[in-house]
Amino acid sequence: MNLFSIAIRNLTYRKLPTALTMLSMALGVALVVLVLTISGVIERTFERTSNVGYNLIVGAKGSDIQLTFNTVFFLSQPVENVKYSYYMEYLPGDQRQKEYQRIGGDLPEPDRNGLYSFFMKGGFAIPLCMGDYVGSFRCIGTTPDYFNLLKHGDDLDYRFSKGRNFVDYSDDNGYFEAVVGSQVAYEMNLDIGSEIFASHGAAGGAQHNDGFRVVGILEPTGTPNDRGAFINIEGFYLLEGHVAPDRDERSGTEVKGTANAPERDTRLSKTRLPIDRREVTAILVKLEGPRGIGLQQSVNKTAFAQAVSPISVISGLLVFFVSPIKWALLAITSLVCLVSAISILVGIYNSMSERKRDIAVMRALGASRDHITSIILVESVLIAVGGGAIGWIAGHAVGPLSNTWTERATGVRINFFSINSVQEPFIVPGLIVIGILAGIIPALSAYRTSVAKSL
Amino acid sequence: MLEIRDLLKSYTEPSGNRLLILDIPQLNIAQGEQVVLRGESGGGKTTLLHIISGIVTADSGSIRLDGTELTAFSESRRDRIRADKMGYVFQSFNLLPAFTALENVRLGMTFARKKLSAERGKELLSKVGLADRMHYRPSQLSVGQQQRVAVARALANKPRLLLADEPTANVDPANQKRIIDLIKEVCRDELVAILLVTHSDEIAGQFERVERLEQINRAFADRIVTPDP
Repeated sequence: MNLFSIAIRNLTYRKLPTALTMLSMALGVALVVLVLTISGVIERTFERTSNVGYNLIVGAKGSDIQLTFNTVFFLSQPVENVKYSYYMEYLPGDQRQKEYQRIGGDLPEPDRNGLYSFFMKGGFAIPLCMGDYVGSFRCIGTTPDYFNLLKHGDDLDYRFSKGRNFVDYSDDNGYFEAVVGSQVAYEMNLDIGSEIFASHGAAGGAQHNDGFRVVGILEPTGTPNDRGAFINIEGFYLLEGHVAPDRDERSGTEVKGTANAPERDTRLSKTRLPIDRREVTAILVKLEGPRGIGLQQSVNKTAFAQAVSPISVISGLLVFFVSPIKWALLAITSLVCLVSAISILVGIYNSMSERKRDIAVMRALGASRDHITSIILVESVLIAVGGGAIGWIAGHAVGPLSNTWTERATGVRINFFSINSVQEPFIVPGLIVIGILAGIIPALSAYRTSVAKSL
Repeated sequence: MLEIRDLLKSYTEPSGNRLLILDIPQLNIAQGEQVVLRGESGGGKTTLLHIISGIVTADSGSIRLDGTELTAFSESRRDRIRADKMGYVFQSFNLLPAFTALENVRLGMTFARKKLSAERGKELLSKVGLADRMHYRPSQLSVGQQQRVAVARALANKPRLLLADEPTANVDPANQKRIIDLIKEVCRDELVAILLVTHSDEIAGQFERVERLEQINRAFADRIVTPDP
């Protein structure tokens, strides 16, 4: 026999008190693991989401957080719009000319380089129109470039579990094609060929008359795009209420009767809304090389537009909101572990009075005070670590059990053995320290046991 | 083998008086010798055993075991010597209830420095007639069986000296002689000296050498009552 087996035997002899004490420690550790797992999932989701595939979001002047939330997470309401012609300032001369010829309308100097095209060398700009809903999901009007050029997560291309990306104009569907995210398809029971109708302004609001044919369903990306319904921007502009009206120069108010959609005889008509009647909610800007700061500063100097780095905003959210909440929760769950440690201390200490004779017998058999102290400390550590192991298993089991929901909602799959936080490896050493600290007072009591009096 | 010279031990009473319990000029036990120590209750017999085993220290005097002076040692050293060279049989057996008979015997070997085979526990339990009870807990053994386990445990580490403090006090009369015979026989086989404490005439009569504490302990004759300053 050795000190370790003696300690184990002492614990198993007092099964119920040992089990109850281990259970309280298991609860504390399970809570810690859950907090770490959930915060790890949140951090990974944020990380994955912040790898959006573009460097800047350009939109109307206003709150940078609102612009980021609306554009990246499809939350909050859109900030004001900017003119489509402003988006075209991000294109070089040849692309501006092509765009002008494709769409038509009033655009001064269509063949010159855009004001910001210098910064855009090697990069691209993608327009977004937002404000409508499909069911409870955000509806985003954009170009096919959104899925052809952008990447997500670890520099991954967008892929379709079914179908294909929508195109600028289709012989079958005209301008009215759509791609939906995996979550949208699942919850609304959509498939290739389904028709979706956008609601103007709010979920459950009045639906537009023209529906969009679903031609593609995205593979899960673990980003908010899973919860987006993406429609061809050309079709978006043909819906009621999406025409930019004339505005009074002094007051800025809408001039009634000027927001008229173009005449179209059939759904497949190739008539487009002209450039001067278009507005965009946001412009996604991808840059090559270190031109971002220069462009951001230039845009932010204007009176009507702002350029926001989504990674900066998202990192700020993590640092200022998510991280403090995580540490607050960890502090609370650590208190639970502390209470459990105190119950270990109390449990073992109370047993000392029953065990005085046993301790004296072992001393009479030749055990030193250090032997006895070590046995008590080993018992305490075994309770802490044993209970902690049970709690670790329980905490980690919740992850895989919830994968059906978690993976759909966040794109993150939690495996049983995955370590979701850099803090988690510290749990075991922490438990050993807790066990030792909890065992010190009972061990001292055992150390001071008088052999002669106890026998 | 065991030589005691000028051993003094006193206690402080609750009233503050110092009470001299032991004043033993000389006591010797040879290797393999079996000695009974008789005395009245409260006379200091258990205290003497505790001092010899190193559980408590004497106020002064000399205790030599195989020529080694024990009184000069630290507590931890005395613990080691007790683990290596002495066995102890208690009046109330003091088996640990969480451990089986075999594990209780092996506890006797756990703290000794010499490495003994784990089989020795089984051998000793067989010797005391408990081969078929090795895995029983003390609560599952009779009183006589428990005391036999205690004897086996005391001999587990191959001691030089076995100290037995009223080993049959809690055993029924029918088993008392069996226990004493067992102790004597096993110690004789293992060449272990015995110092057995009892107040029973019958048990004392089974040993060749009987010492009376009243005769070897001068403190018994003249208890010194000295108030503490």
